[in-house]
Amino acid sequence: MAARKATSKPAAAKPNVSAEELTAYYKDMLLIRRFEEKAGQLYGMGLIGGFCHLYIGQEAVVVGLEAAAKEGDKRITSYRDHGHMLACGMDPNGVMAELTGREGGYSKGKGGSMHMFSKEKHFYGGHGIVAAQVPLGAGLAFADKYKGNDNVTFTYFGDGAANQGQVYEAYNMAELWNLPCVFVIENNQYAMGTSTKRSTHSPSYWERGAAYGIKGEEVDGMDVLAVKAAGEKAVEVCRAGKGPYILEIKTYRYRGHSMSDPAKYRTREEVQKMRDERDPIEAVRSMLLTGKHATEDDLKAIDKEIKEVVNASAEFAKESPEPALDELWTDIYA
Amino acid sequence: MATEILMPALSPTMEEGTLAKWLVKEGDTVSSGDIMAEIETDKATMEFEAVDEGIIGKILIAEGTEGVKVNTAIAVLLEEGEDASAVPTSAPVEAPAPSESPVEVAGGEIPWPLKPAEVAIAATLEPDWPEGTAMKQQTVREALRDGMAEEMRRDDTVFLMGEEVAEYQGAYKISQGMLDEFGDKRVIDTPITEHGFAGIGVGAAFGGLRPIVEFMTFNFAMQAIDHIINSAAKTLYMSGGQMGAPMVFRGPNGAAARVGAQHSQDYAAWYMQVPGLKVVMPYSASDAKGLMKTAIRDDNPVIFLENEILYGKTFDVPDLEDYTVPFGKARIWREGTDVTIVSFGIGMTYALEAADKLAEDGISAEVIDLRTLRPMDTASIINSVMKTNRCVTVEEGWPQGSVGSYISSVIMQEAFDYLDAPVITCTGKDVPMPYAANLEKHALITTDEVVAAVKQVTYR
Repeated sequence: MAARKATSKPAAAKPNVSAEELTAYYKDMLLIRRFEEKAGQLYGMGLIGGFCHLYIGQEAVVVGLEAAAKEGDKRITSYRDHGHMLACGMDPNGVMAELTGREGGYSKGKGGSMHMFSKEKHFYGGHGIVAAQVPLGAGLAFADKYKGNDNVTFTYFGDGAANQGQVYEAYNMAELWNLPCVFVIENNQYAMGTSTKRSTHSPSYWERGAAYGIKGEEVDGMDVLAVKAAGEKAVEVCRAGKGPYILEIKTYRYRGHSMSDPAKYRTREEVQKMRDERDPIEAVRSMLLTGKHATEDDLKAIDKEIKEVVNASAEFAKESPEPALDELWTDIYA
Repeated sequence: MATEILMPALSPTMEEGTLAKWLVKEGDTVSSGDIMAEIETDKATMEFEAVDEGIIGKILIAEGTEGVKVNTAIAVLLEEGEDASAVPTSAPVEAPAPSESPVEVAGGEIPWPLKPAEVAIAATLEPDWPEGTAMKQQTVREALRDGMAEEMRRDDTVFLMGEEVAEYQGAYKISQGMLDEFGDKRVIDTPITEHGFAGIGVGAAFGGLRPIVEFMTFNFAMQAIDHIINSAAKTLYMSGGQMGAPMVFRGPNGAAARVGAQHSQDYAAWYMQVPGLKVVMPYSASDAKGLMKTAIRDDNPVIFLENEILYGKTFDVPDLEDYTVPFGKARIWREGTDVTIVSFGIGMTYALEAADKLAEDGISAEVIDLRTLRPMDTASIINSVMKTNRCVTVEEGWPQGSVGSYISSVIMQEAFDYLDAPVITCTGKDVPMPYAANLEKHALITTDEVVAAVKQVTYR
């Protein structure tokens, strides 16, 4: 089983990726990071309320997997969902305006950070109950199989959710019925404040799939190219009608579980070491520079462009009006 | 351009905090993600990170300062080459408060609707089929199967899943013959895993199918209730109308016979409480069929509460190609002038028996079958109570927070002046269902209790 492990070192230049693709991943990851930093700032200003779970540090997971997706593929995740939405092409303005609870948000301000959807981009939420999205994702895959198309559903969940019973109910049926579902375990090592070591004696999460006959592998989630390569393999299995596949993606969140988490369960040094040595964006940045695919000036221009997009989303989210009071009563029934 | 760094809110409830410690000093360069300060909130000490890069030009609030209001400027961040002295400091920015639209209370009326407007069609004594329609005798069991099968012939996105629905032909034989007709792609046996298959059903509905999820009984749906409520009922609202779950959750509900506490609960009042769900609880075979067809066509999640004892009961069913019954329309089974008896599902058995007995004593009872509990045809109840001035509700569920409690409150609010007696809610007893035959009989509502309640409200 160890043979399945993907390489963990970001190579200086991988032959299977073009400069354009690498630049695109850089942009997509940077957009997520800058967006999340801005969301944290707006939260601090009281413009975003309630719970707000940031994705900073985990960017390579969604960007790598989106690189393996095609039009028609679906995705569904938990409440740490801003990165997934940006990666699948949802409009930053609409996402940020949902965070501020405004009319211009994806759910007209009625969903908030944890409950956002886009039918157009096949993003099925945004779910606030830990692990509920896992059978829901298997159900989306069920629908595609029933209709006879070759779409795949990416069902994301964390290491915390991986201990919920419904995950294994979903695994069992997904394999039994050969559902085209990629189960993506984003293992950021902490379920809120409980480290994986304190919540399970299982050596790994993906191996639990073996109990149901589901293949899988562990992936270095700080390396966008490793994620993409693993995603392509998983998707190929699913599209070929060979049932679900599990990717356990080892990643790390730099921020607390939510905005109000002081993160005292780990040391500052642990976080800093990850940032200094394994940052997924820095890794691509260095690949672009050492491979002479981009100059410092090119990257500065990208940074500026991203900053403008994010600032514009914050402006939009501040200026978009609150939903009309009538909205209280709409969308309860179709 | 110089920017002010503001005191952040670091929890959903924080209004002010202590600036415990600065980890940077004036003149330091910071970049995005660097920790600048430690701030004590009402719950914890938090690290405060820089968002923008720049140079700390001036620290405005010294470390150790308590009670610093959220959004007060605590430092000034400069871009390269800027001078701190040139920066004017502003007053604290007020956190945006939600806009408060004044609610006018005119004439003592409640200024908001208690619930969104629902379409109710006045209930009548006339049946839901045209005059002269040929009738056939069918059990509720057969009617439910015919309703599902007709809709599956009509729409190939409809499928049935659940425990023992296919090869076993249904634990209660509701899906008898359906595997043969529709095949195993559309009539699907699941493992015993309610939480999981309910979630898969909801996901399939998000994905464009119309699942019918059978629970062997609704007692087992408690394992799945998170998906029924959090995933199915709320998603349309949470997505701003983009996607919902057009599907039916169905199965027997309430007490059967001698199966004890864990297999004998009536969930009508539970599900009826949830916005986003529709709740159906038929009594007769024609309603079971017509409402099942409507439920499958409905674009919302529908809870369809059947009853094991009613499965084998025979009724007239109209022999029509496409017979549907609308939601939100009660059925008047019997007209009367002295009292209104409101019930639904198996409760109708007691209501109708009681009405027969009462007639022998010269009391004329009007009997209303709600058929759907959400939307509920309260207009027909009110109309009837305005005529009879008395009301008794009948159900098998528990008394506290019962369907009858809700009906009683609606009558109080909308027809108080018409009442000549307090509404009595006849319910099951406030106990887990006992196994012993004699105790079980007493735990359920009885016809005699309904008769006694009517005599009480009619002062006989």
